[in-house]
Order: sequence, then C-alpha cells, then structure tokens
Amino acid sequence: MFYRENGQFKTSYKADQQAFAIPQDRWAIVAIVAFAFIGVPLLVDEYMFRAILVPFLILSLAALGVNILVGYCGQITLGAGASMAVGAYASYNFLIRVDGMPALAAILLGGLMAAAAGIVFGAPSLRVRGLYLAVATLAAQFFWDWAFLRIKWFTNNSSSGSVSVADINLLGWTINTPTDKYLFCLGILVAFSVMAKNLLRGNMGRQWMAIRDMDVAATVIGIRPMYAKLTAFAVSSFYLGVAGALWGMVNLGSWEPAAFSIDRSLQLLFMVIIGGMGAISGSFFGAAFIVILPIFLNQMLPLVGTLFGLDVSTALVSHVEFIIFGSLIVFFLIVEPHGIARLWATGREKLRLWPFPH
Amino acid sequence: MNGRKIGEVVLDLKNISLSFGGVKALQDISFNVLEHEVRAIIGPNGAGKSSMLNVINGVYRPQQGDIILRGEHHTNMDSYGAAKAGLARTFQNIALFKGMSVLDNIMTGRNLKMKANMLQQAFWFGPAQREELEHRAKVEEIIDFLEIQHIRKTPVGRLPYGLQKRVDLARALAMEPQILLLDEPMAGMNVEEKQDMCRFILDVNDQFGTTVVLIEHDMGVVMDISDRVVVLDYGKKIGDGTPDEVRANPDVISAYLGASH
Repeated sequence: MFYRENGQFKTSYKADQQAFAIPQDRWAIVAIVAFAFIGVPLLVDEYMFRAILVPFLILSLAALGVNILVGYCGQITLGAGASMAVGAYASYNFLIRVDGMPALAAILLGGLMAAAAGIVFGAPSLRVRGLYLAVATLAAQFFWDWAFLRIKWFTNNSSSGSVSVADINLLGWTINTPTDKYLFCLGILVAFSVMAKNLLRGNMGRQWMAIRDMDVAATVIGIRPMYAKLTAFAVSSFYLGVAGALWGMVNLGSWEPAAFSIDRSLQLLFMVIIGGMGAISGSFFGAAFIVILPIFLNQMLPLVGTLFGLDVSTALVSHVEFIIFGSLIVFFLIVEPHGIARLWATGREKLRLWPFPH
Repeated sequence: MNGRKIGEVVLDLKNISLSFGGVKALQDISFNVLEHEVRAIIGPNGAGKSSMLNVINGVYRPQQGDIILRGEHHTNMDSYGAAKAGLARTFQNIALFKGMSVLDNIMTGRNLKMKANMLQQAFWFGPAQREELEHRAKVEEIIDFLEIQHIRKTPVGRLPYGLQKRVDLARALAMEPQILLLDEPMAGMNVEEKQDMCRFILDVNDQFGTTVVLIEHDMGVVMDISDRVVVLDYGKKIGDGTPDEVRANPDVISAYLGASH
C-alpha cells in the first residue's frame, strides 16, 4: 500500500485539525502504541526492561519536557536535571510524610512542585536570553544540587544522604517487576505525550512558538511574553518533575542527588538537539539515540571484533564506544542540524510522492 | 468615492515627543485619525515614520505627549494594551513566525479572543476544541478574503516575499482590528503585487470599515488610496492634509526635492 493522501478529502475543519490528519499516520501510531503495550511485554526479557526500556521511557518524558521549553518556546535551560530532582524529592516527601498518599498523586504533586520551582527559576528569562539565560538556569541546577545534599529535611534525615522508597502501589497494583514498571511508565508517557500534542497544536503552543520565532511581533498581536515564557517553564518543569519522580521511585528505587546532576541536564539537552527541536517525535528519537546506542555499541563491538579475529577487551570497548558515540553525534549534527525528527519528516515527504521525484 | 462614511476622530495624537538619548526621533507631533479613513504617513528615510507607528501601538513610550483613543487616554499603553484596544499592525521587515505554517500564523492572531484554559487545551475537550473550530472558520474567511487558500499549510519561511507580506496582513486582520497600522505594505513589490495589495487595503477599509494608518514610499500609491496624508521630516511634522493639499505644500516639496538655496 502506498503512503498517499490521494482521495482523502476532508469535509470539516474538525477532520482537518485532528492530531494526525492522515489516516495512515493515525493507524501507524495506534499500531505502535498497541505493540508497546501488548507485544513488547511478550517478547522482551527482564534485562531489556530494566536496562533499556524503562530508562528510555522516562528519559523520553524528560526530553519531551525540555523540548517544550527549548524547542517550542526557544528558551534554553541547563537546569533540567534540577527540575527532575525537585520532582523526585518532592514526591518522595509527599509519599513518606502524608499518610495514605496514593503514589500516582505523589508523583503528580512532585511534578507540580517542580513546575512552581521552574516558574521561579525561569523568571530571569523575562530579562535575559540565549547564553545568559543558560547561565541563569545553571543557578537552579547548583542550588537544588546543594539543597538536596545539605538540607537534611528533604532526605528525611537519612544518614547516608540517599533516600529509598518501597515498591509503589497503584490502586492495588503493586509495581515491582520490570514489566510492571515498564507498563506504568509507558502509560504515563502516552498520556503526557497526548497532552503535549494537544497543547502544542492549540493556542498555548502557538503562543510559545510565536515567542520563539519573533517576540516583538508576538507582543504586538497581544501575546504577553511573561505569560507565555513562564507557562512554558511551568509545563516543561512539570514534565521534568514527573519524569524525575519516576526515575527515582520507579527506575532507581533509591537514589542520591548525583542522579540528577548537571550531567543529566546536558544529556537531556543533547537528546533534544539530536532528536529534533520543536518536534514531539524528536524527544523519542533523541532519547532512543542516547540511551540505546551506547548499550548497542557495547554489545556489538566484541562481536565485530571476533569477526575480524581480534580479541577486544572491555576497556577497549568502552573507549571505542565513546569515540563512535561522539563521532555519530557530530555526524548527525553536520548532516541534519535539525535532528533525526527532520530526517524522518523529509523521508515521509519523499514517501508521499514516491515513485515520482516531485 | 465609495460607500463608507468617514466619521469622528478615533485616534488623536497630541504633542508626541520621543528621543533615544540625544537623537530626537519625534518632536512635538500632533495629528489625528478619523474613523474609517485611510491615513498615510510619509516622509524621507529617517523621518520618524516607523517610530510614530511604534508609539501608536505601544512598542515605544513617548517622553511627552498624549495618545487619545476613542476619548480615552492611552499614554502609558504597552503593546498588549494596544492589541486589546483593537490596534493591529504589520511590519516593514516581515515579522512572521517562521517555524509555523500560514494557518498557524493567522490563528495566532486570534489568541486574544481564545479563552480556554491550559487544562482544557491539554485534554482537548469542550471549550478548547469548540473554540479552535470557531476560530478556524473565522481564519478561513480571512484566507479567502486575501486569496491565499493554496498556501495555508505551507511554512511561511518557504513563501515568496509578496505572499509573506500578504500573510502578515492576514495575521493582523485576524485580530479584527478597529485600526490597522501598516508599515510599508508595498515595499519591495512589483507593480502587480502592489496593485493587489492596494486592492486588499481598500477592500479592508471598505468592507470591514477598518481605519487604516499606513506608511508608504510609493507616492503614486499614497496619493491614490489615502484620504489624508501627514508628512514628517527629521522628526517634525511639515505637512498635513488631503493628498492635493500636501502635494502643493512648499515645505513638502523642498523636503522631497530639496530647496534652492
């Protein structure tokens, strides 16, 4: 079957304004989601879930948050890790300090706390932009790193500085096996992706993009930069906060502030740049690239080595892994500065016309 | 000439002075705009025409002077206030949102009229969806009006210059403004595009009754389509009146052609 829109006529604006206006796209998305919910748990072993899929899902959610701010609203941030930390520690505190707090509520409240913190630390964006804003958001990163390390209240006075939570429980469903964790994170990711898509195709998303593309023109047609920028910070931090809570409570189980260090912020920023700024799918591509590629290289290199009769040591593997990973990033940025999502979009455009060139 | 009726003073500018450090961009300028008229601001380069528009819609705040819009003082108005008060504008160097499609650009012009909150938008239910469809219908009317149906899904960055100017006008019209400020709507266009643009401006003025304030360098166009013209030179007002009066004004002639010394 050709990927083509011939003969598909839309007779209402409603049909034209659907999230995926082309039926083929709609079915593809439904198929992917159904496969992720039903097919993957049947096919994949525990190691895959723990090492690859759960981190991939959670970091996709975090990358989506960063993409809303950086890709759609044009405000740069180096404090993404801090927002995740706020979400993680806030939901931890809600969970242990409030009796009978449902885990899902604690996670969402953690996200809201992160949103509040994001608004406070996003305030400099009203005055400065670009690299200066990056430095200002760095302040958030260092502040929260410090706070969670030094202020004992946040970690419930734990002597080691690390906190841990028991398996979380969702309406009687105890989430302890890797498959449970995968399904839980997948459910949240799907729900949040749908919300992001809705926000971004609606008035809110247009306001953010208007501020990104031409802020003077945006103010002249009645968009308040303060409102648009701070809502972008709030929504982005909310996503990051929820991702942080999941990272701590579902993926790690016990963690220290180092789990959300500046490294994490940079990693998320790279995901968005490589995956594609200003494209929701870019967040997933970027997360997949950054999470899966190192593991893939790690597994493949010894095999490739034996093909050529070479004995590859683990130390060599980890070095070569860095080299290949780094050069792939550079390669992608040179070939397609707009990220993998743009490659995907170009491919789709070609496919629509195939086999004709124009 | 045509059916529209020129009414009362809708926008009154009194003794506006604006300076940037030592540069006096506007000095003690007063003029008014009547309802439903086409009012042109002309003058040589650097005369302060664009500054004047920026003062009117709140991008710049004048150090002195008073802006009275429908009898209300709007002297400390910012751009947001101006947009709420029904002023829309286009830009000299096209200021479209490059990453967005034509349709989204024009839809953005409706943002002040959209009321659904963020949660409703996130879940795309009830008011959010209804609103989106209502405004889409309005936007389609504007797209029809300006004859840009064929490019509605195109990213604006890919459009030729003349069409980008038209989209800029469409975005301003989407606000359903009472006063439309146009900053050099015909700059860089060929004759046919200019004719189209003139037709659109006159149609907007005629059909919607929108008051138009425009800056333009093409004297033929200005003299043809405007009801009254104000002439600026070096930040001062040197002429004001109907096209014929302005054409006969010796100060204007010397500013444009140079005086004999």
